[in-house]
Amino acid sequence: MNKNPKMTKETNTSWTLERESDMNAEVRIFADDNLIKKMQEDATIKQSKNMAKLLGVLEPVVVLADAHQGYGACIGGVSAMDLEKGVISPGQIGYDIDCSVRLLKTNLKLADIKGKEKILVENLFKAVPSGVGRGGKITVSRKELDEVLKKGASWAVEKGYGLKEDLPKLEDKGCLVPCNSEDVSERAKKRGIGQLGTLGSGNHFLEVGVVDEIYNENTAKVFGLEKNQITIMIHCGSRGLGHQVASDYIKLMEEEYGYPEFDRELVNAPINSELGKKYFSAMNCAANFAFANKQIITHLVRENLKKIFPKIKIDVVYEVCHNIAKMENYEIKDKKFNSKKEKRVLVMRKGATRSFGPGRKEIPEEYRKVGQPVLIPGSMGTASYVLVGTKKAEEISWGSTVHGAGRVKSRTVSSKQSKGAEIKQALSKKGIEVMSESLEGLAEEAPDAYKDIDDVVKVVDEAGISKKVARLKPLIVIKG
Amino acid sequence: MSQSSKKNHIFLKHTADVKFQAFGKTPEKCFENAACALKEILTSQRIKTIKTKKISCKGKDFESLLYNFLEEFLFLLNSKNFIFSKIKKIDIEIQKKQYKITAEIQGDSSKNYQIKTDIKAITYNDMFVKFDDKTKKYACQVVVDV
Repeated sequence: MNKNPKMTKETNTSWTLERESDMNAEVRIFADDNLIKKMQEDATIKQSKNMAKLLGVLEPVVVLADAHQGYGACIGGVSAMDLEKGVISPGQIGYDIDCSVRLLKTNLKLADIKGKEKILVENLFKAVPSGVGRGGKITVSRKELDEVLKKGASWAVEKGYGLKEDLPKLEDKGCLVPCNSEDVSERAKKRGIGQLGTLGSGNHFLEVGVVDEIYNENTAKVFGLEKNQITIMIHCGSRGLGHQVASDYIKLMEEEYGYPEFDRELVNAPINSELGKKYFSAMNCAANFAFANKQIITHLVRENLKKIFPKIKIDVVYEVCHNIAKMENYEIKDKKFNSKKEKRVLVMRKGATRSFGPGRKEIPEEYRKVGQPVLIPGSMGTASYVLVGTKKAEEISWGSTVHGAGRVKSRTVSSKQSKGAEIKQALSKKGIEVMSESLEGLAEEAPDAYKDIDDVVKVVDEAGISKKVARLKPLIVIKG
Repeated sequence: MSQSSKKNHIFLKHTADVKFQAFGKTPEKCFENAACALKEILTSQRIKTIKTKKISCKGKDFESLLYNFLEEFLFLLNSKNFIFSKIKKIDIEIQKKQYKITAEIQGDSSKNYQIKTDIKAITYNDMFVKFDDKTKKYACQVVVDV
């Protein structure tokens, strides 16, 4: 096999990886010269080639600017599948099903919280638990958990966690279908039942920030964002429940269909098969758990901040999914007849954000004329971005864009409490208060462990697969 | 490999996740050391031996057995808030392509400790279990998603 497939630079921000004999599609990579070099240092390119080997994959497989090595598919990898011939693969979606981001806006300005940062960080840290090894404060019965899996965010709203107005602002209104809770194993339910309303650990966080730069006044206004406004970002996923759903179906698919020789982690099932459908339903249930989880966290944040700012108003800007598969319609070119045809496909996004342009019915009505909000969290201590989806993304990247900065440094397991303390202090000097369950965990998420978010966002903005709207500067970070 | 073979387990470089190898003269010892590596990712604190639990898992090869065995620790942590301290008994049975492991593990409530990293899942990425002819030991390699 050719170890160095032919890679062609198409534009300053995109590359094409030639289709080899065992690939069913070519690979399109969004990166500049520097980011492509980083991708070549780990297994990103090799993994993207493996993604292109799956049955029924449509051209092109997309690799985004923040891509890095994962297991199975690379993180930052998107595949669109033909519904008749294609397969669905948990390894192309991720273990943390619907690891996702919600952005809240407030009626507070930067001046309102000056001097209150320490109280805020301590309060929020107590209010929103990481839940790791401890579980959360919300207890639900087994029967109720089934309702969570069926209803997603609206279950939480019905129980008094949050407002009805929150729901239309969530991707798919906070509930993915079909979602039969019987497709989720008892084991997965047991892992998740105690974890509602918890952040988890690793790169998951809750961040209070300030809008420090507006790039597009009109769109920012439509999203309800203005300079010096205080925002809150929540980044977490489906916790142990989603992780177990992925593990369960990897095993079931392996038993039924065996696994591909090129990577055991890309085990898959035909989309149309009984097992493929069950996984899709279970994955949706896990996403619904993640929606409910963030809805509860939103409620905890609201209740807590009310104690400090009695007149505070907190509204949802949007919530985007990062690890998910969705049925979506695209205009697909028929090369033979030089015509376009609308086609429904399954788009699997792993560490990628949907980036729909203006007019799509999937976008909340209030935002439909400008496009879908795209939320890109930075690494700890660096800026986050709000972008807007584009028609171009629908044309060239299966309606997808980046999901974050992307790691570059390895994690290590040695004890690094001192490094964690150093980072905390250094960030405090920069005006960023951080609280974490563990100083060692904090060290793992050091800002220099990630690619530069500014570079990553610049590439997708230039490539036109999402456009910059606003930048958020972090002030307070709660780490799981 | 000569240096690392003296240790029970070692951590290797991996960009996003955590990769380790564990070693043992028997498959049982190798699996036990893999479990210890897993614990080291979760916490650096010393866990008391307060409770005892019995676990058993099946697999169709050494790799799937190891996957299911390690996953059991994540399940116990998430669903029972239990973190293990040591393995008291461990036994692997192989009969006609059916691999089975039974173990008695001791540990404590995870609520009493600081968990530094929540492991999302065990993965098959780069996984192997093999007998190393040079060191005369079993070796396994695992990448976990964190």
